[in-house]
Amino acid sequence: MATQRTGAQIIWECLVHEGVTTVFGYPGGAILPAYDAMLDYPVRHVLVRHEQGASHMADGYARAGGGVGVAIATSGPGATNLVTGIATAMMDSVPMVFITGQVPSKLIGYDAFQETDITGITLPITKHSYLVTRVEDIMPAMKEAFHLAKSGRPGPVLVDITKDAQQATHEWEWDPSPVKLRGYRPKASVSPSEMLKAIDLLKASKRPLILAGQGVLQSGATAELRQFAERIDAPVAMTLLGLGGFPASHPLHIGMMGMHGESWVNHAIQEADLLIACGMRFDDRVTGNLKTYAQNAKKIHIEIDPSEVNKNVRADAAIVADLREALRDLVTGMEPFAHEAWLNYIASMKGTSAVHDIQQLPDNGHLYAPHVINDIWRITEGKAVVVTDVGQHQMWEAQYYHHELPRTLITSGGLGTMGFGLPAAIGAKLARPDAEVWAVVGDGGFQMTQAELSTAAQEGVKVNIAVINNGYLGMVRQWQEFFYDRRYAATPLRSPDFVKIAEAHGLLGLRVEKRPDLHDVVQRARQAEGTVLIDFRVEQEDSVYPMVPAGADLDAMIRRPRQHSVLVETGADPL
Amino acid sequence: MHHTLVALVEDKPGVLNRVASLFRRRVFNIESLSVGRTDVAGVSRMTLVVDGDEVSVDRVTAYLYKLVNVLQVEDLREVPAVARDLALVKVTVAGHDRAQLLRVVDETRAHIVDSGEQTMTLEITGEPPHVDAVISRLEPLGIVEMVRTGQVAMRRGDTTLSATQYT
Repeated sequence: MATQRTGAQIIWECLVHEGVTTVFGYPGGAILPAYDAMLDYPVRHVLVRHEQGASHMADGYARAGGGVGVAIATSGPGATNLVTGIATAMMDSVPMVFITGQVPSKLIGYDAFQETDITGITLPITKHSYLVTRVEDIMPAMKEAFHLAKSGRPGPVLVDITKDAQQATHEWEWDPSPVKLRGYRPKASVSPSEMLKAIDLLKASKRPLILAGQGVLQSGATAELRQFAERIDAPVAMTLLGLGGFPASHPLHIGMMGMHGESWVNHAIQEADLLIACGMRFDDRVTGNLKTYAQNAKKIHIEIDPSEVNKNVRADAAIVADLREALRDLVTGMEPFAHEAWLNYIASMKGTSAVHDIQQLPDNGHLYAPHVINDIWRITEGKAVVVTDVGQHQMWEAQYYHHELPRTLITSGGLGTMGFGLPAAIGAKLARPDAEVWAVVGDGGFQMTQAELSTAAQEGVKVNIAVINNGYLGMVRQWQEFFYDRRYAATPLRSPDFVKIAEAHGLLGLRVEKRPDLHDVVQRARQAEGTVLIDFRVEQEDSVYPMVPAGADLDAMIRRPRQHSVLVETGADPL
Repeated sequence: MHHTLVALVEDKPGVLNRVASLFRRRVFNIESLSVGRTDVAGVSRMTLVVDGDEVSVDRVTAYLYKLVNVLQVEDLREVPAVARDLALVKVTVAGHDRAQLLRVVDETRAHIVDSGEQTMTLEITGEPPHVDAVISRLEPLGIVEMVRTGQVAMRRGDTTLSATQYT
């Protein structure tokens, strides 16, 4: 039944109808009516310390839980502070709805206090956006925003609502009818001719290789991917964002591809005669030099976004469809294949040097980041949800924490947003309160959003923070070491005492400087109530190996120099 | 190579901005862009002339379809089409043979739409190469001002890219 509602109330009515239970935000003048109405609705609001924190928390919440993340901010600086988080979500296709207050409609265009053209600013980094100036337009915009955010290739949608639209009243009732957008086609149907082409390519292939991306997680296709891989007996290589989409312990799992991928994976891609790309977009960090990328291979590209097909790599068969449905269709009626020789060849490239668990490798008494991450993997039995920041620790996490389940690695891949880790971990924990959540961050990125420790404390959220502290902006330092003649411009980093920082927030802070102490400290952190920070003082000038320099051929990898090596025999770095 | 794309779009605030932003963001050049109403309320029609090879035009098309307000896109190189461009050209009449100008007007099917003491304003309509040709004939006579609308185009024959399906 229709009742009088303010625009502010309609915002919350819509959120509740969309199943939203938690939002992340920061109040301010132009969004105040909405905040006032919030108190009457059963939605948990997490007050952040900076709007960027809200954007990453809502992002981590969405990625961990599989729903839509919601972040709220006021106009002007509140809205512009969301921009990094919106761009992060856009690049990684995260379903999110951003709600911003806007100055009253009569003031738009007059450079009013805290006015900014946030729909204009975010035009290229949103899937779609709305500027709502009338109360009656709020519900359609909100419904469409949720529909757009989560359907097709997911992405962030911005709804900018003027203060007067929030304050106005309207005879309102919830419209349960499904959203219809005449210009929006979230799903294409599988083209039978492309399907037949793909089947022919599969039949003809002797050295097929599956490239599994984040689309596996987003379409919920983990079971289908496994069935497909087993049916065609093909090795599965993972993108960074795909990790967890195929169990790391599965015999067909060969590891991560790309710039810091396993050497044998990159070699296998270059030697394959067929790549089956599943929900991935051939990012430059994955392909290296496109001119020499997988030249021996035909390509089947299964992808929901038509604009990704033939963008970087030409597809011999392009299946524009939901991955789960496409894999189901492909498997149906397909005889099993066997590629023993090819799999044995890849296994021989791995050789005896590929070590899944580097526990026993010597460390000269130093604390090494790969050991820290590998030990956390072992102690948590690989069951934690790990949220990373961006940099060396992120790549080491991808190499040494072996993910078995989808949505257990949350990381900013496309945009590479430093500062993502801590807030996204807080969001992940709120989405999955029963999961053990670790934020694995560097000393640089952590300090970008360190203020959100205060949010974790206020909200009583428990995340375990592993600061991989090497006293440098490590990945940049590594590039300077490799490509800039060791001229360490602006990368040495003096940090505060992180243990005291934790303590200042009323949180437990711990430190590990020697590996023998690691186990007990990690266990103490896991058992403690509330957020715990562990300051891991690791080897300062360690680098991530192997490494494909940007734009180089995929198999032209920089390998760990033997003389420096205490981890030469690690899984990521066979010699 | 020039491609002519026709896009049917929803007539909503910011749609032109979204399309223009897409071209800027993806570094495609627009040679000309014209926007106008169709026979259906709420549906506008854009004619975009873009410079690029087949692959890049396919990419533009795919990106256009990602815009929620874009209803349909057609590459008119794939079908026989009629294209028109319109130019208004103000030519000086002082200091040279007025008869020469009138001869060009006569031969090129240009129309005199305005006449002053010093200048004459011509309207030229036709296939874009025709408009180019007329302009190059007028140049020696002294063009003082010019504007072109950009190309509009439509399929030949009985087939249509009609907006009525979106009523």
